Amino acid sequence: MSKTFSKDDNSVVVIVGSGAGGGTLADELTRQGVDVVILEAGKHHTQDDFENDEWAMFAKISWLDKRISAGGWHHTETYPNLPAWIVKGVGGSTMHWSGLALRFMEHEFKTRTTYGDVPGANVLDWPISYEELAPYYEVAERKMGVAGTKASGLPPMPPNNHYKVIEAGARKIGYKEIVRPVASNTRPNDGRPACQQIGYCMQGCKIGAKWSTLYSEIPRAMKTGHAELRPQSMVLRIEHDSSGKATGVLYADKDGNHHLQKARVVCVAGNSIESPRLLLNSASSQFPNGLANSSGQVGRNYMNHTTAAALTINPGPVYMYRGFDIAAVVSDEVANNTRRGFVGGYHLEGLALHLPFTAAFMKPGGWGREVSSALEMYDHMSCVWVCGEDLAQEENSITLHPTEKDQHGLPIPIVTKTDHTNDAAMRRHGLAQWRKLSEAVGATRVIDMPPYPASHNMGTNRMSAKARDGVVNKWGQTHDIKNLFVSDGSQFTSSGAANPTLTIVALAIRQAEYIAGAMKRREL
Amino acid sequence: MKDDQHGSLATADMRVLEKRITVSRRAFLKGSGMAAGVGALSAGSLMLPARDALAAEFTTLGAATGKTLLVMARDIFPHDKISDRYYMLAIEPYDAKAAKDPALAKLIGDGVAQLDALARTRFGKPYAEVDTEVQRVSLLYEIEHGAFFQKIKGDMVTGFYNNKAVWPFFGEEGSSWEKGGYINRGFDDIDWLPKA
Repeated sequence: MSKTFSKDDNSVVVIVGSGAGGGTLADELTRQGVDVVILEAGKHHTQDDFENDEWAMFAKISWLDKRISAGGWHHTETYPNLPAWIVKGVGGSTMHWSGLALRFMEHEFKTRTTYGDVPGANVLDWPISYEELAPYYEVAERKMGVAGTKASGLPPMPPNNHYKVIEAGARKIGYKEIVRPVASNTRPNDGRPACQQIGYCMQGCKIGAKWSTLYSEIPRAMKTGHAELRPQSMVLRIEHDSSGKATGVLYADKDGNHHLQKARVVCVAGNSIESPRLLLNSASSQFPNGLANSSGQVGRNYMNHTTAAALTINPGPVYMYRGFDIAAVVSDEVANNTRRGFVGGYHLEGLALHLPFTAAFMKPGGWGREVSSALEMYDHMSCVWVCGEDLAQEENSITLHPTEKDQHGLPIPIVTKTDHTNDAAMRRHGLAQWRKLSEAVGATRVIDMPPYPASHNMGTNRMSAKARDGVVNKWGQTHDIKNLFVSDGSQFTSSGAANPTLTIVALAIRQAEYIAGAMKRREL
Repeated sequence: MKDDQHGSLATADMRVLEKRITVSRRAFLKGSGMAAGVGALSAGSLMLPARDALAAEFTTLGAATGKTLLVMARDIFPHDKISDRYYMLAIEPYDAKAAKDPALAKLIGDGVAQLDALARTRFGKPYAEVDTEVQRVSLLYEIEHGAFFQKIKGDMVTGFYNNKAVWPFFGEEGSSWEKGGYINRGFDDIDWLPKA
């Protein structure tokens, strides 16, 4: 039972975005009786729209509005207008995510304390600890149905060929922590079916076995009668009154008509590029540098993980695409062990690609027999994605283009990223370990790939204990404006070495509890 | 397990695909939307060698340019087991596009002219007639950073490797949801790993 709210209704919580953060927040708030209006920039796709086709789905669901890659990273050449691979649509990037639901490590919440002052980086401790977030991780694992966890009670995902070949190599070189906590049903659960080992998980799960807010949280929120979803509604700016409180948001509908939705609370969950962009675009005479930006940290400290990838040609066939997209994940390198020549750690994540994306990402710009001879062995390939800690650096940022505007007349975002020397050292280590792992099972050729556009974007509205160091407090509430919240991965103070979705969901559950309580207590 | 690339490794029940393109000519034409294009070869072109017959289909850009593009496509991503007509599928759309897009027609026309000029200087004949792949590739290296090569190469990544008609050659099975995924079709049947 969908509800409709008046645009003048200033009792609602407006949530900008419907992905892991916004979708979860909507579910958790409506569950507690709070009225919400969800404004989603993208279309409302359904599973009928999902195809087992990499490029077709890329064209259908990706956020393809113009963005510019800048800075010292290779993306300025390889992917000049695709700094990040994320989704525009109801459910956001939970349609595309791989399903890997890793928790942060304890030390990843205390990076400044653990790593000390890292020259050239802007490292800071989170204002919350692992212990504080642990109970919310439990709830998140249960809600999302993370296979193989105690919280969900679901059996582990059964190993596929790709898992087995990576696991065998990992054990041969002495790795012990081989894991696979994936948010896909291993038996029917929460009204969704069990995984049929279809593959194409990142193209939108055709049967809905993999968790996505598109068909879990959003419909559940709608059923409460406390939520309205408005797709194709691009929020242009957040309005405020003279007391400095947020009063609502201005958005454009699918026809480009502008509407003002009033609000009691505004929660921004548009991913780490759009969320700071919205705060910066909301600059006013009272807040000339953008909303919630007294620290100057809005849009700063952009992190997208230290990533690398490689393809291995094995001595026999693997058919890595058969089954769940995530294969074995090696966690032995996550601990902070500075003898390796860098701070922080990384995961080696087996991640299947189909032939079209393998051809596109293996060696951008490459051609000739070097490329074609490798692709002829596609059926023998295994594939790794290295996901490591990316240190916050102030100059890695989301900024507004001085002149170029998008279809709504808003300045397009520039995504500036330059590697820290720590990143380069970690990437080298990860690729060397993968090579050893591959050779241990007889690999005949290992091809290092440049990092392809990441779907992990973090840090651009970061949490901090002190207002001068970041944008939001430990509840995701902006230091400057008490009824303005950030509810996505842009809150992250550090990137950790874990795929961000599980942590985004855990933070959103915790934030919803705080917002609902504060509203009851009339603090908001 | 039978493995055509590496001889026999072990024998068990792994569902291994023979990397051959087995679609019939008719299904191929139907599936690729080429029934009205390459399929409708003129009576005259049937007298030509296969490559020239394919190139003759370039009515806007001309047969010589068509042949250059075809040879170039193969030199960029050479697969000896895949016949010219699959490369043709990736480059054939240029002909209709060039008819409507003068900028594209010029990019291709100028690019081919430059490549042929290089080839004549070095080898005394146009690019498509140069004898060996090594010689032709040496010419492509000279133009690889230019807009013409980048356009052809960039389009080939999707035009060739995203063509479902070539996937069987690589062991790529494509869409699986309508077949019930792989839960009962070999998602976990790998049989050559050393015992732990």
